[in-house]
Amino acid sequence: MTAYGKKLAIFLAASVALFAVLSALMFQGLIDAYLQRILMTICINVILALSTNLIINFTGQLTLGHSAFMAIGAYAAAAIFKVGVPFFLSIVLGSIVAAIFGFLIGLPTLRLKGDYLAITTMGFCQIIVVLIQNISQLGGAQGMTGIPGKTNFAWVFFSMIFTILILSHVVKSRQGRAMISVREDEIAAEAMGINTTRYKVMAFTLGAFFAGLAGGLYAFLMMFIEPTSFNYFKSIDLVIYVVLGGSGNFAGCIASTTILTILPEALRPLNDYRMVIYPLLLIVIMILRVKNIRIPWLSDFFSRFRKGGDKNAAA
Amino acid sequence: MTLVEFLQQLINGLSLGSVYALIALGYTMVYGIIGLINFAHCDIYMVGAYIGFFVSTDLHLPFVPTLIVAMLGSAIAGVLVERFAYKPLLRKASSISLLITAMGVSLLLENGFNAVFGGSPRSYPHNILTQKSISLGPVRTDSLHLIILLTSVVLMVLLQIVIYKTKIGKAMRATSADKDAAALMGINVNATISATFAIGSALAGAAGVLVGILYNSIDPYMGIQPGIKAFTAAVFGGIGMIPGAFLGGLILGVIETFVTAWYSPLSGAIGFIVLIVILIIKPSGLLGKKVSEKV
Amino acid sequence: MKKQIAASVLALAMTVSCAGCQGGNSAGGASGGTIKIGFVGPLTGGNSSYGQSSKKGLELLEDQINKAGGINGKKIDLVEVDDEGKPATSVTGGTKLISSDKVVAIVGPVTSGCANSLAPICQANNIPMITGTGTNANITKAGDCIFRTCFIDPFQGKVMAKFASEDLKAKTAAILYNNGDDYSKGLFSAFKANFTGSIVETENYNAGDKDFNAQLTKIAAKKPDVLYLPEYYGDVAVIAREARNMGITATFLGGDGFDSPELFSVGGDSVNGAYFSNHYASDDTSPEVVQFIKDYKAKYNSSPDAFAALTYDAGKVLCDSIKKAGSTDATAIKNALKSYSGTVVCGKISFDNDRNAVKSAVIIKTVDGKETFFKKISA
Repeated sequence: MTAYGKKLAIFLAASVALFAVLSALMFQGLIDAYLQRILMTICINVILALSTNLIINFTGQLTLGHSAFMAIGAYAAAAIFKVGVPFFLSIVLGSIVAAIFGFLIGLPTLRLKGDYLAITTMGFCQIIVVLIQNISQLGGAQGMTGIPGKTNFAWVFFSMIFTILILSHVVKSRQGRAMISVREDEIAAEAMGINTTRYKVMAFTLGAFFAGLAGGLYAFLMMFIEPTSFNYFKSIDLVIYVVLGGSGNFAGCIASTTILTILPEALRPLNDYRMVIYPLLLIVIMILRVKNIRIPWLSDFFSRFRKGGDKNAAA
Repeated sequence: MTLVEFLQQLINGLSLGSVYALIALGYTMVYGIIGLINFAHCDIYMVGAYIGFFVSTDLHLPFVPTLIVAMLGSAIAGVLVERFAYKPLLRKASSISLLITAMGVSLLLENGFNAVFGGSPRSYPHNILTQKSISLGPVRTDSLHLIILLTSVVLMVLLQIVIYKTKIGKAMRATSADKDAAALMGINVNATISATFAIGSALAGAAGVLVGILYNSIDPYMGIQPGIKAFTAAVFGGIGMIPGAFLGGLILGVIETFVTAWYSPLSGAIGFIVLIVILIIKPSGLLGKKVSEKV
Repeated sequence: MKKQIAASVLALAMTVSCAGCQGGNSAGGASGGTIKIGFVGPLTGGNSSYGQSSKKGLELLEDQINKAGGINGKKIDLVEVDDEGKPATSVTGGTKLISSDKVVAIVGPVTSGCANSLAPICQANNIPMITGTGTNANITKAGDCIFRTCFIDPFQGKVMAKFASEDLKAKTAAILYNNGDDYSKGLFSAFKANFTGSIVETENYNAGDKDFNAQLTKIAAKKPDVLYLPEYYGDVAVIAREARNMGITATFLGGDGFDSPELFSVGGDSVNGAYFSNHYASDDTSPEVVQFIKDYKAKYNSSPDAFAALTYDAGKVLCDSIKKAGSTDATAIKNALKSYSGTVVCGKISFDNDRNAVKSAVIIKTVDGKETFFKKISA
C-alpha cells in the first residue's frame, strides 16, 4: 500500500467511525434535532468553505460572489427534481449547471485582479439574485416551496467527505500546483509556461461545482428556497470562514467554518446583543491571529492549523 | 420618450448620481491612501446620520452646526475604528484580513445601533432644511438635490487641494506610495493614516446627514445599499481616483435611472451589469491608471 | 490528513460541548407551572423593525395574561429567537425552540420567507405554528399544524382594487412595487387582476432603494387617478414624498404595511389623503382595541403598528385556544384552534379549512397625520 493509499484508508475509516458515532448519538437522542440541524448546516458550510478556499486561498483570486453558484445549484436541483428526476441525479445535475455557470462567468471576469475581481464577482452574485427574482417559474421573490426534505445527515456528511477527498486530491495534483503558482506569482507562473487563465477558470469551475452541490443539499434540507438567502452577504460569510481558517489548508478551514457556524447559535443566550458580540469576536479573533497573541485554546487552536501565516492569503 | 421626459430623467439621474458621488468620495480616498476597501465606510455614514439626527432633534441645532457636529462625530468614530480594529492589522496582515475586519466593524456598527436605538426608521425635524421644488421650464428638480450636487463638487475640489497642495496631503501620498520609505523620511505614518480616516469619515458623516435629510428616513441598515452603490461608483471611476469617484457616481446614477425608466425589473442589477462591461473593456476603471506589474 | 481528522474530532467535541449548554433546560413545555411559547422573528437585520414591533406586541400579551393569573393557572413563558430575517436561521432557531426549549407552540415567524421555511419543520414535529404576519399564500399549505391570523396577500390586493374601482370610481391606476419582496409582489398581482379600470403604468424597484424618481417620472406622465403602493411604511413614506415633489396628484392606495406611526413622521403631509386596507382601525371604540392601544402606550410610550397588533392577536388566539383545550397537547391545541371563534384586536376571527383567518377588513383613510376609519369590508 502506498503512503497516499494508507492515508486515504485512515481518513475514510475515521470518517465512517465519526459518522457512526454521530448517528448513534442522534439515534440515542443525545444529539437533539437542534444540534442535528447545526451539524448539517456545518457540513453544508464546510463544502461551501472548501470550494471557496480553492479559489481564494489556493488560486489567490478574491471572490465575493460564490453564493451565486450555491443559488444556481439549489434552484437547478429543485427545478430538475420537480420534472421527475430522482433526488441524487438532481443534485448532481444541479452541481453541473452551477459548474457551467462558473465556467461562463469565470472566463471573462478572471482577467480582472484583486479588488476589481471582488466587486465584479459580487456584482454577478447580485445579478443572479435579481434574475431569479424575475423568473416566476422559479417562484420569483416569493421563493420556491414544496421541495421534499430529502437531505438527511448521511447525505450532507458524506458529501462533505467527498468534497474533502476530491479537493485535497486536486490541490496535490499537477493542476493544483499550477493553481498555487498563480497565487504565488502570476507573472512568474506565466513565464514558466503555465496558462494562468486556464487554471483560474478551472479553479472557479470546480469551486462552482461544489458550491452547487452544497446548494442542492441546502434546497432539499430547507424544503424552501428564496433568492435573497444567496445574496452577497452569504458570500461574505464564506470569505470570512476561509480567511479565518488560514491560508490554504483544509483543517483550518473546516475548523473555522465549524466554529463560526456554531458561534451565532451559542451566543443565543445574549438575546438582543447576540449579533453585536458576534462581529466583535470576529474582529478580536482577526487581531489575535495577526498579533499571534496566545490565549488559551482559541489562538492556540488557530495557530496550530496555520501553516504559512497570513502572508499567503489572497491579496 | 419625449424630450421633456428625457431631460427630466437626466436630471433624476444626476440627482441620484450626486448622492452616490458624495458617498464614494470618502470611500475612494481611503482606498487610494491605504489600499483598504473600507466596508465600514457606509456604516460611518449611518453613524453620521444618527449623530445629526440626535443633535438636530434633541439640541434643536440648525442645519450647518448639525452638519459640523456630525462630521466631527463621524471623524472621531472613524479614527476609533481605525485605532482599535484596523491599526493592529494594517502593517502585518494582508488586505483580505483587513477586508474581513472591515466587514466585522460594519456588522458591529449596524447591529449595535439596531440593539441600542431599534430598527424602526427615524426622521429629521422637518424644518431643518426645506425641500423646495424648483421648476426649470417643463422639468423639475429640488433644492436638496442641488445642495448635494454642490456639496459633492466642493468636497471633491477640497479633497484634491488637501491631497495635492498641503503638507498632510504630501504625507498621505508618500504613505500611499510606500509606508516604510515614508517613515524613513520622517513622516509619522500612523498619524497620517489616522488623518486619512478622519477626513474620509467626516465626508461619510456629511453624506449621512444630507442623504438622511433628503430621504427623511434613517435606520441602522441604511448604509448597506448606498455603500455598495458608492463602492461600485468608485471602482467605475477608477478606485483611488477622487475625480473618478465623482464622475463614476454621476454616470452610474444616470445609467441606472435610464435603464430603470426603460425596464424597471432590471433596476437591481443594472449598476453591476454596466460595471462589469466597463471593467472588461477597461480593467482599471474610467480614470484609473494602468499600473504595470513589477516582476 | 491527520489535521483534518483532528479538526473533525474537534468540531464534534465543540458541538457536543455546545449541546451541554443548550440542551440542559429541557424541562418540558407545560411542567413547572409555566407554558412555554416560542416566538421567531427578525430582531436584527434589515427587517428588524418588523420583528421588534411584533415582539413588543407579544410581550404585552405575556404581561397581560400573567398578570391575570395565566392560562388555567399556569403562567406563560415566552422564548424568543432572532431569525435575522433569514430562512435558514429561522429553521435553526425554530428547531431550537422545539427540541431544546420544548415549547408547546410557536408564534411567528414574522416574515413570509421565514414562515415558509419553518412551517414544514413545525408540521413534521407536530408543533402548532401560528403566524400573525406571514401573508404568503403557501405558508399554511405545509399542513394542519400551521395557522395564520392575517390576510393572505391576494385578499388585500383584491379589496383595494375593488375599493378603487367601486368607491373611488378610479378609471386609471399606476402601481409601483418592490420586485424583491414577496408581500409587495403578492399584493401587486391581486390588485392588477381585480382592478376594473385601466392600469396605465407598472413600475418596480428593489429592496433598499430610496430614490424612485426614474419610476415616478414615468408615472407622472400618465396622470393616473390612483397610485397603488404595496409596501411597508418606511419606503411608502419616502415614495410619497418624492411623488408629491414630482407633481403626482394621484390618491395613494396601499395595504396593512402602511399602518405605523412612522408613516407620518417620515412622510409628513404627503401621505395624507391615502387609503389602505387594514385589520382594524386605531380609532375603533371596541373594548379590545381601546385596551390594546392603552396598554401598549403605557408599556412602550409609543403607538402600536400593524406588526404589534397582528402578532398580539396571533398570540391571543393561541393562548385562548390553549385555555379552551385545557391541555398543552399539540392535537388538543390544534383542534381548539380549528374551531376557534372569538374577538381580538382585529375584530371577530375564525379559521377556514385551510387554517387561514376569516375576518373582516377595514379601509383606513389618512387625515391630518392620523389614521381614521373609513369603511368596513366583510370577508
